[in-house]
Amino acid sequence: MKVALVGNPNTGKSSLFNILTGLNQKIGNFPGVTVDKKSGFCKLENNQVVSVMDLPGCYSLYPKTQDEAIVSDILSDKRNEFYPDLVIVVVDVTNLKRNLLLYTQVADLGIPLILALNMNDLAEKEKITVDINKLSELLGVQVVKISARNNENIQDLKKAIANAPSFAVHSSTYSIPQSSQNLVDRISDEFNYDNEYASLLLAHQYSAAKHLSKNESDRLGRFIQEQDFHSEDQQVEETIWRYTYIDKLIKECVHIAPQDVKPSLTDKIDDVLTHKFWGFAIFFLILLVIFQSVFSWAEYPMAMIESLFAWLDQIGHQYLPDGVFADLLLNGILAGLGGVIVFIPQIAILFAFIAILEDTGYMARITFLMDKMMRKVGLSGKSVVPMIGGLACAVPSIMATRNIENWKDRIITIMVTPLISCAARLPVYILLISLVVPDDKVWGFFDLRGLTLLGLYILGTVGAVFVAWIMKHLVKGKAGSYFIMELPVYRKPRWKNVFLTMFDKVMTFILEVGKIIIAISIVLWVAASYGPPSRMDTITAKYESPELVDSYPAAELERMESAERLENSYVGILGKTIEPVIRPLGFDWKIGIALITSVAAREVFVGTMATIYSVEGSDDDTANIREIMSAAKDPVTGAKVYTTATAFSLMVFYAFAMQCLSTIAVVKRETNGWKWPAIQFGYMTVMAYLASLIVYQLLR
Amino acid sequence: MKLSDLKIGQHGIIKEFTDLALSVKLMEMGCLPGESVCLERIAPMGDPIAIKVSGYQLSLRKEEASKVILHT
Repeated sequence: MKVALVGNPNTGKSSLFNILTGLNQKIGNFPGVTVDKKSGFCKLENNQVVSVMDLPGCYSLYPKTQDEAIVSDILSDKRNEFYPDLVIVVVDVTNLKRNLLLYTQVADLGIPLILALNMNDLAEKEKITVDINKLSELLGVQVVKISARNNENIQDLKKAIANAPSFAVHSSTYSIPQSSQNLVDRISDEFNYDNEYASLLLAHQYSAAKHLSKNESDRLGRFIQEQDFHSEDQQVEETIWRYTYIDKLIKECVHIAPQDVKPSLTDKIDDVLTHKFWGFAIFFLILLVIFQSVFSWAEYPMAMIESLFAWLDQIGHQYLPDGVFADLLLNGILAGLGGVIVFIPQIAILFAFIAILEDTGYMARITFLMDKMMRKVGLSGKSVVPMIGGLACAVPSIMATRNIENWKDRIITIMVTPLISCAARLPVYILLISLVVPDDKVWGFFDLRGLTLLGLYILGTVGAVFVAWIMKHLVKGKAGSYFIMELPVYRKPRWKNVFLTMFDKVMTFILEVGKIIIAISIVLWVAASYGPPSRMDTITAKYESPELVDSYPAAELERMESAERLENSYVGILGKTIEPVIRPLGFDWKIGIALITSVAAREVFVGTMATIYSVEGSDDDTANIREIMSAAKDPVTGAKVYTTATAFSLMVFYAFAMQCLSTIAVVKRETNGWKWPAIQFGYMTVMAYLASLIVYQLLR
Repeated sequence: MKLSDLKIGQHGIIKEFTDLALSVKLMEMGCLPGESVCLERIAPMGDPIAIKVSGYQLSLRKEEASKVILHT
């Protein structure tokens, strides 16, 4: 049996889902859209196992957002693969009137129902009493009081699920108006619908209905016009009609004790948290804590993961026979896997914070505080958290944009977040700054190198705001997107929800983004390890020749060989091919190679430089690389390669360029296709190129 | 008078809407003609605003609120 949970946002629907399914849940996308699809299994008392799906929160079956459209699509179409056998409508007792609107709509679709009245603890505090027997009698459904937060009466709900009839027995609440009857009959006839309200919903939403062919929806559109059917007028009429019904229902079944006039706790908290000084001060403090945690707390587990993979690599080299297989396994697959796993701490930490912000109700206040400022540049109040997260890493931040309901705001946030300087750019910046910026102080105490670094961070942020502002005018938004948003009452975070959010996001990343990262890592590894066989054979022969073997120590010989191999690999050839294009930026083919290999991840730049210049010591020994790079001379002109102009040009290039395949992979997942990652890669590369060109030509 | 003209703490009763599409959304959120509303707070930068309606707090932009007409 398939059970679906339906309800308004902030009703405790997700808590109930977590209680029913526990860790027995799976998160994914609904086909064709990036809306979370959560499903799982629940065992009833009679040992029957039912599948449970948590549908996105919505206020009505007339969708205003992508999330809401999913609910309407599934519930109004019996042939939909997710069409449930039973719907549990979860309603918030403290806000019955608004919550019951959705109930009446779902009820009229003729799906078997259970009405779950949630959050009785709060209701008792506010002295709301509901006569559930009366309500059950009037509606003709099983009504169960639960408290998902305190895990109360869940057994009653499970019993109700087990006892649910297989067909709808409840009374319908709305009768189709006479003027629409003709239209409804025709739709029922033509599309073989046995529910009149489902037909009416189709009349309202035919243009967006995914299960109709173009031909069918055009035909329906013409017919609707002939019938003089005005969707919005009808919706207004229907909504008023339903509320009249609900008012009567509430009058008969609900008793609300006279309220105290003294301000609620939420009001008192809001006086501080939305205060014009304290509100911002606390918000920035919270952002600072989030940034600090993603940036520094994550460092320890990340370092542990890195050393674990280094150890595995070492073990592999020790015990596996040398050859292509070991090379692929260790340098291709293991390295790619390490590149995926290393993100887990940052994802887990950022999502723990986001879950807490959402769960407590503070996220809505962030939107409230920041909306006006962010709207000016085409972003939403909710874009702030992902963008601050972008200072640490764009990958978890882009996953966090799912909290932005408005599609246009979400896409713009995704597009600009990678411009914010992330932690992976830091090694590149540090290497290049130490190469060309003197270790001096300005006005006695400002460190010149520190100021340069700060300048690069500001450059990235200004770039992000600028691009957002442009995209605001270019990206087409969906009509009818409103700000209108509930400010839920403050609550304590539910740690189980926080944990499950972290768990879900980490699993999603590993399973869906990880495979793309590993695949591209392997391709890059192959391109960097292999070249035209004739060239590679020559190199092998050269380094086996006795005169070389005798005149150099083995370690140095190995470094020289790997440098020459990289130079002659496919990546090396490509690096040389693009040299004419990157010349105007002040880059030579060696930098070209590093630009290509660092598409895998920006920090790879340092390692590649070390290999190319066959630097002694470990990959991240910046001091050694710096000395050699600083001494590097152009073989033709004899001029220094890393002049101030080249180094700044390179830094600006890294500030803007999309040198991160993990970000590309996560954008592909979050936008459901290659279109947006392609646009993003394209615009960022062009922007980086132009900015570097200007910087180099000015400083030269 | 419009909803956007209310001062903090001031009450009003919704009369009608001047934007049809917006009115559907607002009604779904419990803002019905005849319903009492109270302006609870204004965001520090002057927009959006938060109102109390049918027992909960709803926030909306001033521009949206200007399409809600109140009884005078």
